[in-house]
Amino acid sequence: MPMKQVLKRLLFIAVTSLLLPSLLTAGCGSGGLSDTVTEAGSTTVQPVAEKLAEAFKAENPDVTIVIQGGGSSVGIKSCNDGTVDIGAASRELKADEPNLVKHLLARDGIAIIIHPANPVTGLTREQVKEIFAGKITNWSKVGGENKDIFVVAREEGSGTRTAFEEMVMGKELIKSDAILLPFNGAIITAVSNTTQAIGFISFGYIKNSVKTVEIDGVAATVENAKNGTYPIVRPLYFLTKEQPTGLVKKFIDFCLGPKGQNIVAGEGYIPVS
Amino acid sequence: MYRIVSRYFVDRNAKYLVLVCASISFIILAAIAIFTLREGLPAFQQVGWIDFIFGTEWRPTLDKFGIAPMIVGSLAVTLGAMILAIPLGVGCAVLLAEVAPARVRNLLRPAVELLVGIPSVVYGLVGMLLVVPVVRQIGGTGYSVAAGAIVLMAMVLPTIISISEDSIRTVPRRYKEGSLALGATHWQTIRHVLIPAARSGIVASIILGIGRAIGEAMAMIMVIGNAVQIPASLLDSTRTLAGGIAVEITYAGGLHENALFAIGVVLFILIMIINSFALIAMRRGREHT
Repeated sequence: MPMKQVLKRLLFIAVTSLLLPSLLTAGCGSGGLSDTVTEAGSTTVQPVAEKLAEAFKAENPDVTIVIQGGGSSVGIKSCNDGTVDIGAASRELKADEPNLVKHLLARDGIAIIIHPANPVTGLTREQVKEIFAGKITNWSKVGGENKDIFVVAREEGSGTRTAFEEMVMGKELIKSDAILLPFNGAIITAVSNTTQAIGFISFGYIKNSVKTVEIDGVAATVENAKNGTYPIVRPLYFLTKEQPTGLVKKFIDFCLGPKGQNIVAGEGYIPVS
Repeated sequence: MYRIVSRYFVDRNAKYLVLVCASISFIILAAIAIFTLREGLPAFQQVGWIDFIFGTEWRPTLDKFGIAPMIVGSLAVTLGAMILAIPLGVGCAVLLAEVAPARVRNLLRPAVELLVGIPSVVYGLVGMLLVVPVVRQIGGTGYSVAAGAIVLMAMVLPTIISISEDSIRTVPRRYKEGSLALGATHWQTIRHVLIPAARSGIVASIILGIGRAIGEAMAMIMVIGNAVQIPASLLDSTRTLAGGIAVEITYAGGLHENALFAIGVVLFILIMIINSFALIAMRRGREHT
């Protein structure tokens, strides 16, 4: 009876396709517009923001919080446009960017990492800059073995790279033949497998398979970042167009409060209070 | 009666069913093409076609969009991969089709087919941990055109092997029998009769392999270093077109995003050219036999 089977299947498809939209809208329909907060921006902030949203939802079950990525620039732009309630940025706002209300959510250190077998233990900020600019190309110039330096960096547009460029490179550019890898995990793999490599990475991603370098004599630890001695620390911001009110204010207050800051610390970032 | 009616019903309407299937896939293709073109067009207009395709500097934060290094990079790794993969692939296909005993073939064939199913990120990871350190022994950082070509070779081999094997297998039996009857050895028969007769299929397999190689993004990102420069040697790092899109798309906005879509347009055109070569090769082959 192949025809009967075909008919049965067609009927099944017809019924499900009729039911599906109503099921979907039923899920969305319960929350009104005023119960939704949208956030978009920095992909460094995104995982923390998701955890924060989860915890906030646990306390306020009928609230919907939408967390999106896109990068810091997207966060700044869409917050200014009004397409999202909260923008997220993992760097300072540039002079030509709109003036938004900044809420300091956390701080994040950027560690300079090398292979564990590399005898170098510390570099000055100037040396790091010259290495990444391609002016120092041999480890022997900075107290290591007589070997070429392999510079590993994130791709252009990455928040971690932008913050690194702002705080370390200044006006210099990262040399154009640096190895570029688009994920934090790939940076770790590359550095941990290459004795001559040097890279940079957010504190949250440091693994035992790589060695962090002391910068100007200060070790890359959360304590040193917290007490202000470690020099490469960037802010993680929530941004709003105006002083927040209502649910947006409630969510931001939650994030900056003790419960939110606990979650921030748990994710490997430096809490602000 | 019911059966006859329903059979006619199915018969009469089957063509509409397949028509719907065909039009859906065509609509999807058209939608992708139109969307990519629409998103990419502003970049072509603002940067200029010539500057975009022949420019050598890619600095999106400084609004410099030149993709010549990526075009050269894509072509270099693809060419390198093909130089390695063609002799290996065709050799392996001959082995499977003609030389190997059934037991070896039954073991090798599924293994080759399994290679197709491995996700490209796995190829990339293995390449990063195995191939890159080996290339580093020769010189440079190891993240290089050479490493990319070796990884790509492994990725296109299954395509070349399975299609070439099929086309050698479908050479009419009388060709082989005639050659052997004339006193030619097995090897002479393979070289002078079977491979020339299967040429169109082999060429098609190579061109399909090129198509796969040029569009590969993830595995390439992980082994070629992604520096935007025209490689001066096989040991230099470079970036491919597909890799260039994948590396930056997560952070791109505005003109930068348009430029990435414009790279997609260039890639689309490149692959269309390659596929039309494949079509021509296959058609010419059919005329021969």
